[in-house]
Amino acid sequence: MNKAIVLYLHVHQPYRVRHYSIFDAGVKHDYFDAPHEDRTSNERILKKVAEKSYLPTNRHLLELLHKHPEFKLSLSITGTVLEQLEQWSPEALQSFQELVATGRVEIVAETFHHSLAFFYSRAEFEMQVQMHADKVRELFGVTPQVFRNTELAYNNDLAYWADQAGYKGVLAEGWDKVLGWRGPNYVYRPAYTDNIRLLMKNYRLSDDIAFRFGDHDWSEWPLTADKFAHWLNETGDATNFNLFMDYETFGEHQWSESGIFDFLGHLPGEWLKTPGNTFMTVSEACDSYEPVDQVDVPETITWADTERDLSAWLGNSMQAQAITALYDLEDRVLASGDWALVEDWRRLQTSDHFYYMCTKWFNDGDIHAYFSPYENPYDAFIAFMNAWHDLQFRLSEKGAAV
Amino acid sequence: MKILMLGWELPPHNSGGLGVACYQLCKALSKKDIDIEFILPYHAPFTDDFMTVTAAHPQGARVVLANASAYDSYKYVFEDGHEEWVDIYGQQRAFEHAVARLVEDKEYDVIHAHDWLTFRAGVRAKQARDVPLILHVHSIERDRAGGQSGNPLVREIEATSMLLADRVVAVSQHTKDMIVTDYDIPADKVEVVHNSVDHDVFGDLLALDPTNAYHYLTHMKDRGYHVVANIGRLTVQKGLTNLLHAAREVIYREPKTLFLISGSGDQYFELIELAASLGISRNVIFTGFQRGKNWRDSFMIADLFVMPSVSEPFGITPLESIGFGTPTLISKQSGVAELLHSTLKIDFWDVSEMANQIVAAVQNRALREELQAGGLRELRRMSWDNAADKLLAIYDQHLQGAAA
Repeated sequence: MNKAIVLYLHVHQPYRVRHYSIFDAGVKHDYFDAPHEDRTSNERILKKVAEKSYLPTNRHLLELLHKHPEFKLSLSITGTVLEQLEQWSPEALQSFQELVATGRVEIVAETFHHSLAFFYSRAEFEMQVQMHADKVRELFGVTPQVFRNTELAYNNDLAYWADQAGYKGVLAEGWDKVLGWRGPNYVYRPAYTDNIRLLMKNYRLSDDIAFRFGDHDWSEWPLTADKFAHWLNETGDATNFNLFMDYETFGEHQWSESGIFDFLGHLPGEWLKTPGNTFMTVSEACDSYEPVDQVDVPETITWADTERDLSAWLGNSMQAQAITALYDLEDRVLASGDWALVEDWRRLQTSDHFYYMCTKWFNDGDIHAYFSPYENPYDAFIAFMNAWHDLQFRLSEKGAAV
Repeated sequence: MKILMLGWELPPHNSGGLGVACYQLCKALSKKDIDIEFILPYHAPFTDDFMTVTAAHPQGARVVLANASAYDSYKYVFEDGHEEWVDIYGQQRAFEHAVARLVEDKEYDVIHAHDWLTFRAGVRAKQARDVPLILHVHSIERDRAGGQSGNPLVREIEATSMLLADRVVAVSQHTKDMIVTDYDIPADKVEVVHNSVDHDVFGDLLALDPTNAYHYLTHMKDRGYHVVANIGRLTVQKGLTNLLHAAREVIYREPKTLFLISGSGDQYFELIELAASLGISRNVIFTGFQRGKNWRDSFMIADLFVMPSVSEPFGITPLESIGFGTPTLISKQSGVAELLHSTLKIDFWDVSEMANQIVAAVQNRALREELQAGGLRELRRMSWDNAADKLLAIYDQHLQGAAA
């Protein structure tokens, strides 16, 4: 039987909230418009990432697609990054469109706003999934068939929902606690579902590329394409290697100087040297292999941290206060008929805002262990809550009860 | 009469009430023909001419640069070009040596030193010049440590200096009692001279920009919300954790109450997390440190100002609040509570009574107006001139003693 690499890259940028003070609330509603030189400037960050990551990576990917007819991959691109690309880097957006136009790059479904709405409002969640599908159809002319939730947050309920919604497959972390003795390199069936397939990330192999690639202290450094392909070939216990990672691994998390583009450029050639080896998109993997077993995930897992739960987003009381305050506005925001207000409310749902409020690492004194445009989690929280107060202001201007 | 004043800060280079109190005292004294030389640990341009301000640099230092606050480390730039960062203790000792050199060839009638950082220098200057030493206590270590005993090194300096001084001036009876209990200083050696308030700060309120900087709060007040404010440093001494616990009870009973916490300090993060864990983040607004119009508008937007301090030697913010038109709730553990009667008063630890009184004030406009009208009458009677008169009497007493 063929063995496939299922490469899936996640592309996302949030609309970061600027240093928005209580003195701005009720005066200006420009939460996402930081001055260009500011650390929270979305335009500056988007342009930087486009230059360092999106444009060079897409150039490499397009070359590979031309060179190797068997090479395929899948992308999830959030609505918030698509909008920013349209506004600030049309050339990078075009490079993504060129990839999809080859017919061998699949787009994965998700929420437009990269939100955790699934856990707070099913109606809002479904609206955002629809918005994303519409945007993808508009820009790429395709309809996503496999679903991934924000941060790969997954449980039986999500699989049930995705199954009912007609998706072919759903993505999740291949976390040992749910897999037990089983390996991630097969197609599974989620518990309590009829038709849908489950693809689980091989986090060891994925993290070798995403996190350890540039680490000179890693015993396997330097990682080369032939070494990596050799590891996969040596793994007898597999049909599909699910390599899931942030797209920004290429050029942003691992800088060009680390050799990450050489690795990417050589991997397809090295892997395809062995007869029977191939690449598949996520849909193809779901179609090609019968599920070997069912996987039961009663509690939510994600692809983050050693805990693999939602604690990086919702683990402290600031995060809990902020997100419940936001979703408590839902009925009034939607009833307002003010679409700018609705969109601002949705942009504040992006999970990154809550991640910036995480104190797990801050309390250890290791404030550089994660990506944040804020000095500390408290600044992130204050700016967010001030924006929330302004939403209240705008609602009351519209006559809503506050 | 020539007075040597030793102080740690003066406006505009002050981090709190100490610098302001020193400035106002000296200004009031100078109007009574007192000749003052004020020695500071750093060089700062001083534009008023009612006293001479001198910087005490250590031997060989060309420039002393204060970091953000007067209580952080300082950078010393020496004449040979090298630079050194000095912490607060090193700074305190350097000040002592520098003052000792500065006073070598000068004559003074009295030495008057403000708070522990200048006390050793005061004792050295007294030894050198053999004139009366008056130590002015704006706070003691137990105040700053929020009721705990605090740093033993600082306590040692406070205890020893007060024993060696000719007279001790406390800014309140509250502080005098603590000096007597904590350091066994005889009560008749300690004189209470209350601080006051500079009425010029309030200016002509009607002439001010009438639009409050807090547009959001103004809007919410129009929709039935009330604002309860605290303005000051966020440190353990100020008792803000109790205020937040009280706030939870208040919000439960009066959901349309917003708490405005304006200031910075080492408890900033802790208080933000506490408000979140109490589930009241939507009702508690942290503004960070504000000055100028924003600072003034924080008082003016409030329906009630709360000073819940664990231990406050004096506490000028309630007087400022009344001056800006907002009635007050203050802890009994404050010096200002001895002066101000038209105010709500609670024990800092009595969280449910604090909540009870905040709710009463929020619900009852007549109560707020009555407190404010009475508070304003009391405020108008206060003056730094009274404090200067008391100090003059103390100077005279010691000069006569010295002559005899």
